[in-house]
Amino acid sequence: MSRATNGSGVAITRVERPARPSAVSNALVFGWRAVLKFKHVPEQLFDLVMTPIMFTLLFTFVFGGALAGSATDYLQYFLPGILVQTVAFNSVYSGMGLSTDLGKGLFDRFRSLPIWPLAPFAGLMVGDVLRHLIAGAIILTIGLLLGYRPENGVLGIVAGFGLLVAIGFGMGWVFIVLGLLIRTPTTVMTVGFTFLFPLVFASNVMVEPETMPGWLQAFVAVNPISLMATAMRGLLGGGATAAEVGLALLAPLVSTVVLAPTTLWLYLRR
Amino acid sequence: MNERPSPAASRLAAGATPAVSARGLTKRFGELVAVDGIDLEVPRGMIFAILGPNGAGKTTLMRMLATLAEPDTGEASIMGHDLVGEPDEVRGAIAMTGQFASLDEDLTGRENLVLLARLWGFRGRAARERADALLHEFDLAEAATRQVKAYSGGMRRRLDIAASLVVTPSVLFLDEPTTGLDPKARQGVWRMIRGLAEAGVTILLTTQYLEEADQLASRIAVIDHGRKIAEGTSRELKAATGSGFLHVTLGDPGQMHEVTRRLERMLRSQVQQSPEGGIVSTPVASAVEASEVVAALVAAGVDVSGFSMGSPSLEEVFFALTGEMGEADDTQGGDRT
Ligand SMILES: Nc1ncnc2c1ncn2[C@@H]1O[C@H](COP(=O)(O)OP(=O)(O)O)[C@@H](O)[C@H]1O
Ligand SMILES: [Mg+2]
Repeated sequence: MSRATNGSGVAITRVERPARPSAVSNALVFGWRAVLKFKHVPEQLFDLVMTPIMFTLLFTFVFGGALAGSATDYLQYFLPGILVQTVAFNSVYSGMGLSTDLGKGLFDRFRSLPIWPLAPFAGLMVGDVLRHLIAGAIILTIGLLLGYRPENGVLGIVAGFGLLVAIGFGMGWVFIVLGLLIRTPTTVMTVGFTFLFPLVFASNVMVEPETMPGWLQAFVAVNPISLMATAMRGLLGGGATAAEVGLALLAPLVSTVVLAPTTLWLYLRR
Repeated sequence: MNERPSPAASRLAAGATPAVSARGLTKRFGELVAVDGIDLEVPRGMIFAILGPNGAGKTTLMRMLATLAEPDTGEASIMGHDLVGEPDEVRGAIAMTGQFASLDEDLTGRENLVLLARLWGFRGRAARERADALLHEFDLAEAATRQVKAYSGGMRRRLDIAASLVVTPSVLFLDEPTTGLDPKARQGVWRMIRGLAEAGVTILLTTQYLEEADQLASRIAVIDHGRKIAEGTSRELKAATGSGFLHVTLGDPGQMHEVTRRLERMLRSQVQQSPEGGIVSTPVASAVEASEVVAALVAAGVDVSGFSMGSPSLEEVFFALTGEMGEADDTQGGDRT
């Protein structure tokens, strides 16, 4: 160890590199960063839950009676769907966050470190999962207060939230890729919602597709968001089949398998 | 001028592979050749400056050396590790403080450093201790628990440099470390850089200011339009430029051509004319020579309404090196006193 003085007259001590940490350890550090962001920017929760709360209240009380006979009956149908929608919409914010970080040179620092290259993204995912769980819990609580009854009880809720996390994970990759490709955060948002709105509205999240034209029904039937909403209803309310859950997990699985390597490729491209 | 080799430099002297060695590094962005066949050799323990105007290719060159951008052609090694073949070994040996702060603005200064310490492999308490030691060394202990977004420019720079020193790198890249800082903060960063060199860290920095390169670096490479147009010690570069520039303001701008011819004959060096202000400028070897030149002009009947001397600006170095006006529009390097 050698010592020298810097400007403030304090010694600069040479520090050697400790043993190289594991990939998992790297990823956990980035997860910790995501948690810190919650601590320092609690306002972000407001963005995350305001839209879904408004959707829940408006749809339940404005359309509920017309769509399902009564607000409470509609809530029984709608609440699992709004959970899926919330996770999908909130994934957009993580893409925006990534785009912002990339524009600031922060990721240049991460890229010049000898760490597992996917670790920063694993950390983003940790943040996403936390966001989804918190937003999901708030929506569910409001639903319960308004009269939603999850017939499958606590186990159903746990399973449903497990599915939410899987959906968020799959969706997360889509927006990480968009965040990597698009330099302006607001463009990420515009592109994200342009892609999500038709997907969410042309699904069975809000209404049964029976009254839709045939071609649209065909789309709604294979729309991953519909499959997710159906599985979520089954898990929370009872009657979920393994096939339904499997179909709901298909899109997140495909997205991860295809987009995780794409992310790495885009990130390391230099 | 900093010609004294640091103790670490002499300790590591000859025999060791250079800290940075590059051959023909080239990077294109479409049609534009941002870095055009640059050769570089930086011995261990040295402060080496890359001097060039905006858009010269300094950042692109550094990003390649820091494994952030892949060269199109050419090769380079850092501490003996090939840039392309062994990027992880290179990353283990370097740290880079980019031109724009690479900090998480939402986090506190301390959290930023703990984050990096953990990524390097310090665990739990060791990471916190490493962060606190750095905060102390860089005079940031009091701001440790404030969010970085509340930091001043100088504090950000210090934290950004501290972030590069969580593990002492063998080679530290600093891209325009003092651009945008006030003179006091700049002095602080300079002292910090010297301290690091004393501790044996090889430092490669870029700058637009000749004065900064002169103050800090033992060797300077001048680049423009992606090409290296000169390299040497500060003294060598100044020999090419003269020790400073003499600026003579003419009472009668009509005499400009005559004065130019006269100066060229007297000094055998190139003379720059700025017709708007009626000023002619020329490199001179010393203040004594400058006073003799002015006296001779007055004796020859030239209407000298004023004169001044300044160390050569980047623009003037370019002028001396290439015989044409550099594209540098920034003359902060030359203190016209
Ligand atoms: N990612 C990029 N895409 C296109 N052009 C770039 C990119 N990065 C830099 N350039 C161009 O390359 C040249 C050199 O830029 P840079 O290395 O940033 O110069 P300096 O750091 O010396 O100001 C400039 O003309 C700049 O516009
Ligand atoms: Mg630059």
